[in-house]
Amino acid sequence: MKTLEELKALKAKALQNMGIRDDQAATTRIVVGMATCGIAAGARPVLTAFTEEVAKRQLQDVAVSQTGCIGICQYEPVVEVFRTGEEKVTYVKMTADKVARIVAEHIVNGNVVTEYTIGACTK
Amino acid sequence: MYRAHVLVCGGTGCTSSGSAKIITAFESELEQANLGNEVKVIRTGCFGLCAEGPIVIVYPEGCFYSRVQPEDVAEIVAEHLVKGRPVKRLLYKETVVDETTIKSLNHTGFYEKQHRVALKNCGVIDPENIEEYIAYDGYQALAKCLTEYTPEQVIQIIKDSGLRGRGGAGFPTGLKWSFAAANKADQKYVCCNADEGDPGAFMDRSILEGDPHALLEAMAIAGYAIGATKGYVYIRAEYPIAVKRLEIAIAQAKEYGLMGKNILSSGFDFDLEIRLGAGAFVCGEETALMTSIEGKRGEPRPRPPFPAVKGLFQKPTVLNNVETYANIAQIILNGPEWFTAMGTEKSKGTKVFALGGKINNTGLVEVPMGTTLREVVEDIGGGIPNGKKFKAAQTGGPSGGCIPAHLIDTPIDYDNLLAIGSMMGSGGLIVMDEDNCMVDIAKFFLEFTVEESCGKCTPCRIGTKRLYEMLEKITKGEGTLEDLDKMEALCYYIKENSLCGLGQTAPNPVLSTLRYFRDEYVAHVVDKKCPAGVCKDLLQYSIIEDKCKGCTACARKCPVGAISGSVKNPHVIDTAKCIKCGACIETCKFDAIIRK
Ligand SMILES: Cc1cc2nc3c(=O)[nH]c(=O)nc-3n(C[C@H](O)[C@H](O)[C@H](O)COP(=O)(O)O)c2cc1C
Ligand code: SF4
Ligand code: SF4
Repeated sequence: MKTLEELKALKAKALQNMGIRDDQAATTRIVVGMATCGIAAGARPVLTAFTEEVAKRQLQDVAVSQTGCIGICQYEPVVEVFRTGEEKVTYVKMTADKVARIVAEHIVNGNVVTEYTIGACTK
Repeated sequence: MYRAHVLVCGGTGCTSSGSAKIITAFESELEQANLGNEVKVIRTGCFGLCAEGPIVIVYPEGCFYSRVQPEDVAEIVAEHLVKGRPVKRLLYKETVVDETTIKSLNHTGFYEKQHRVALKNCGVIDPENIEEYIAYDGYQALAKCLTEYTPEQVIQIIKDSGLRGRGGAGFPTGLKWSFAAANKADQKYVCCNADEGDPGAFMDRSILEGDPHALLEAMAIAGYAIGATKGYVYIRAEYPIAVKRLEIAIAQAKEYGLMGKNILSSGFDFDLEIRLGAGAFVCGEETALMTSIEGKRGEPRPRPPFPAVKGLFQKPTVLNNVETYANIAQIILNGPEWFTAMGTEKSKGTKVFALGGKINNTGLVEVPMGTTLREVVEDIGGGIPNGKKFKAAQTGGPSGGCIPAHLIDTPIDYDNLLAIGSMMGSGGLIVMDEDNCMVDIAKFFLEFTVEESCGKCTPCRIGTKRLYEMLEKITKGEGTLEDLDKMEALCYYIKENSLCGLGQTAPNPVLSTLRYFRDEYVAHVVDKKCPAGVCKDLLQYSIIEDKCKGCTACARKCPVGAISGSVKNPHVIDTAKCIKCGACIETCKFDAIIRK
């Protein structure tokens, strides 16, 4: 490393990998239901897809985590999205294919993908 | 990209309680669960709450697991990392609010009143990975100095911050740097005192183990400020983990071009070497330390000349303590006003204390200067175990003194501690309760200094020995009131006539206990009693007639046949024969035997 710019660039890159350790910084939390029912229904690939998508887009303030049984097993895999100041959005019957769209439209641009939500499903 | 980080404390405390096994267990369990590339395991430095170790923190949830055993790891992986259900039974109890809510660690009693500056990265980053340090502003302060400030400006910033040395005496750091900068020489040196001789202190070790780059960066900044291209870290060989992390840090800094020739194309060169000390207390004294780096026997020499004029290899030298350095980069980045906003009028910033003794939360705490002893003991330290009463706190280690209960509301800073007959020292803080005998405490520290006196000058070598003998006489019940006065006079003589700080401060533990606990000394010499029940020679064993059932258990147990009596009749102890072994007390089922 020879210049200040290089140091700054390295800092930005390194900080990316550290984001999840700041429990205050995340303004968006994507929580995947990962109890036995969720895992059986295929929650694992969904979780992996979210992690990869968030990393690919270098989203600093987004944390991906898992939780236990959310209590609506017939709709598993279930994913909940919490954004500061907004109501929780619950996506149901998730697959890895749906992840990219949710990240692009909801997480980045703030438009809920209504057709994947629990509301659309119970209608 | 990892979706979760598992931070395991790899400080000396947790390592000795088995954290290395926990790391291995996590790695193999994660591998089995196929989570190896989703969950990262990181070994960090000390989190501070050593009493609750080994400690594991899982992010992004920030769950704080305490007293984790290798057997628990499978459950944490299966439950928390696979299914996302924190393992409640292992969570640090104060962070569990109710069934579903977990409090952040920052809001627990132990951490809430703390303010982490010197320990900022300890337990937060992987000390063996320079990129994690860089992520949290690492080397930005050095870059700023090299590209934006002249050496004079750097010194002015440190002066304006009011930072004082954390190694003992509290000398203003900026002023020290300016002296060394003013002396022209073909070569100057920057040294770090990582000898940490105070037996109760371990903050320097924790910084070295948890955030070694902070030291490297600060030493390079000091080098730039005074015009030195070479530095030495003098560290005791008993700190193997710290030495290893320091070596790794230096190698990485060189690899990244942040140490060595022409750093960040600024034309500034800086190189660091490690020197291992054999652990003699006196080698922490600045002149002895430099003599030892030179390869000679570590003995103090008279000052002046001061190190800023003639230090290491007779060249102008700056020597600072590890914790002092740990503040430097943040002062540069945040500005001196940020630093002066913390602390008291003459003591700015924070201080790290090693809490030990009779206290619930033993460990490392960092608080703003001016925090009261009560806040440290009661709020952060969680009070005294077993419902006992606070009697005194000892600060400053073998050079310091005891603060009695009636001064517990004293705001802790350099000047207040000196005024009440103790000192900041390196920050050891040992809490004592009613069961501690103050004469015995004084004797304990004197024994240490007698052992550690280098012997170069007579007042210290002979004086501390005599002082120790007098204390021993008192704890044996052979002292007189006259001895107390003689002892006090000897203390002042040693203080005034010793060559170095060791001798000059060695009598402090005696003077301060004499000042605040004279009645306890008097009880030893006049009543021949040790009120706290510690001094063995002053204890008498006796049997309470009413309580004794005459079961004969004690008589059979006594190794010297000092107990006599017939079955079903009260027994008696022959105090002339009794060797005070205590065996009878443990044997008696009726609590009939007392020690007083
Ligand atoms: C007997 C003796 C032992 C000392 N031990 C240490 C030590 O272990 N660590 C330390 O930093 N300073 C120690 N000091 C203080 C140093 O001499 C010196 O004042 C200090 O390292 C300067 O750094 P500072 O200004 O950053 O505090 C000791 C002093 C004496 C007299
Ligand atoms: S005061 Fe004690 S330790 Fe210091 S030089 Fe004299 S004998 Fe050695
Ligand atoms: S203290 Fe030991 S020696 Fe003394 S009476 Fe009890 S058992 Fe015997």
